[in-house]
Amino acid sequence: MSLPVDMSTTLANAWFPSPIFTASGCASSGKELSQFFALKDVGAIVTKSVMSKPRHGRPTPRMAETPSGMLNSIGLQGPGIDSFLANDVPWLLEQKARVVVSIAGETIEEYSTLARKLRSISGISAVEVNISCPNVENRGLVFACDPDASRRVIDGVRKTIGGELPIIVKLSPDVTNLPEIARGVVDAGADALALINTVLGMLINVDSMRPHLGGKTGGLSGPAIKPIAVRAIYQVHAALPNVPILGMGGVSSGRDAFELILAGASAVSIGTASFGNPNALINIQNELREILAAKGFATLKQAVGYAHREESV
Amino acid sequence: MGSINKSATQLNATVLSNKRVGSYHQILINVGDVVKNCRPGNFVAISVGGDSSKMILRRAFAISRVSENSQYGGSMELIVAPHGSGSKWLCSLPEGTEIDLVAPLGTAFGIPTEPINALLIGGGYGSAPLFGLADVLKARNCKVDMLLGASVGAKIYAPLEGKRSVNSLKIYTEDGSMGEKGRVTESLLEIVANRSIDVIYSCGPMGMLRAITELVSATDVIHQCAVEESMACGIGICMTCVLPVEDENGQVAMLRSCIDGPVMDGSKVKWELVGQVPEVHS
Repeated sequence: MSLPVDMSTTLANAWFPSPIFTASGCASSGKELSQFFALKDVGAIVTKSVMSKPRHGRPTPRMAETPSGMLNSIGLQGPGIDSFLANDVPWLLEQKARVVVSIAGETIEEYSTLARKLRSISGISAVEVNISCPNVENRGLVFACDPDASRRVIDGVRKTIGGELPIIVKLSPDVTNLPEIARGVVDAGADALALINTVLGMLINVDSMRPHLGGKTGGLSGPAIKPIAVRAIYQVHAALPNVPILGMGGVSSGRDAFELILAGASAVSIGTASFGNPNALINIQNELREILAAKGFATLKQAVGYAHREESV
Repeated sequence: MGSINKSATQLNATVLSNKRVGSYHQILINVGDVVKNCRPGNFVAISVGGDSSKMILRRAFAISRVSENSQYGGSMELIVAPHGSGSKWLCSLPEGTEIDLVAPLGTAFGIPTEPINALLIGGGYGSAPLFGLADVLKARNCKVDMLLGASVGAKIYAPLEGKRSVNSLKIYTEDGSMGEKGRVTESLLEIVANRSIDVIYSCGPMGMLRAITELVSATDVIHQCAVEESMACGIGICMTCVLPVEDENGQVAMLRSCIDGPVMDGSKVKWELVGQVPEVHS
């Protein structure tokens, strides 16, 4: 028998008992999954990115299954920050879950407004600033594809929110130089990075011979994008070894989570896998613990970025 | 919202039998005590393709009927049309195969507390959950009439034992190969009036559900319909299966057909807005 593994992890000054989190947009605000497991039993619930106002999102069809993956085009449907903070956050805290609130905006000012509303909320562990949703109205406004716009968003959030709450910035893999964008947001005040958002994709329906999704393009997720996530995390960890990474992208087993951790992730979010298996987080957490033990790691933290060690080690 | 899918559970279950019935497969699954929580209108989400499948999403099927005391204990029947690769895989399973399922899911049909006159309308394999519903309604002393429609006779699902659960059954096919030539909506208003129908329960293509809603909109008939929209998760977290529905405040909200449905009040669904986005309210 192997010794128990210390699964605890940190993202900046936020502590979590486990590195397995939900992924924003793949767990709503936790209520639906709470039927299947106790939310306090996983590392954290990362809530669906919320905007200032209630939002209907995009027209249906909003999803299409693709080989080992899926495309989605939800368009950030949600209740708006006021309703979210009044209803969802208190409920999650009652469940004793660790809460990471994900915010998204259409303008730099909207991010600052959202950050101001969060500042007065106690009990949340961190804020995820989603600057990379591919399903906003104007794809040209994906902040995470523009180093300067990314920096300005984070600068605004940092100044508004003060120094207490860790800021995790969610980036897109759809860029030429990811480490450069990562470095820019860290310089602007990001404490950690979330890698990766979905990859922009498209499906044409060969019967109608038109784009299948209501929003035409969509975000590709699932096992199909896992190698992209591993590459992105590995690159950014190599460039910024002291910046913690919340990794995500196609993780559906403990082995997959371990792979992202070896690449440099301090915690791993589970997204699309929950669609196929409501107990995915618990299963993956158990499998990861066993793998870490089998590989001889006494703590999760020892495995973070282990793939970067020098040849002789 | 604390009551979302409160009886839902994930389990490995054994396929007891898998028979071809017309254009469909009748699949019987041993699910044990789960049947106790299954209500007509609930659905099941099944993993397809086996462990190394490239199909990562579950497939949702209406629960056709359940039995608490088959020779294997609790069993659940599904009527599956082998359309895409997932449903074809399920229809190819031999007896004894273990499958991974989550059930029961979704909002079920509302059952009246008093005896009423009910009209059940099914399109294609949409008839599947209506026979289990008919049993429940008959047990409450309701009068149960049924209309079934499909493009061709082979796509009518009406098992012999099911026919016994209803007071009358009328079949329509578009090509006239079975029953009357035409659609279920053909003489709907006359049937509603002649039989003093109180509630219509329907399950089938969205076009049929919309047509029924529009026909009965000028009457006092309540229309409970089981909607269909493509789903990724079936448990309320993916937000893909939404429909524009009027909420209690009279505003249009994008509700999830998996949790707020599949059974919805037809008069509240904004059928003309399906596939669009309503105006943003502030």
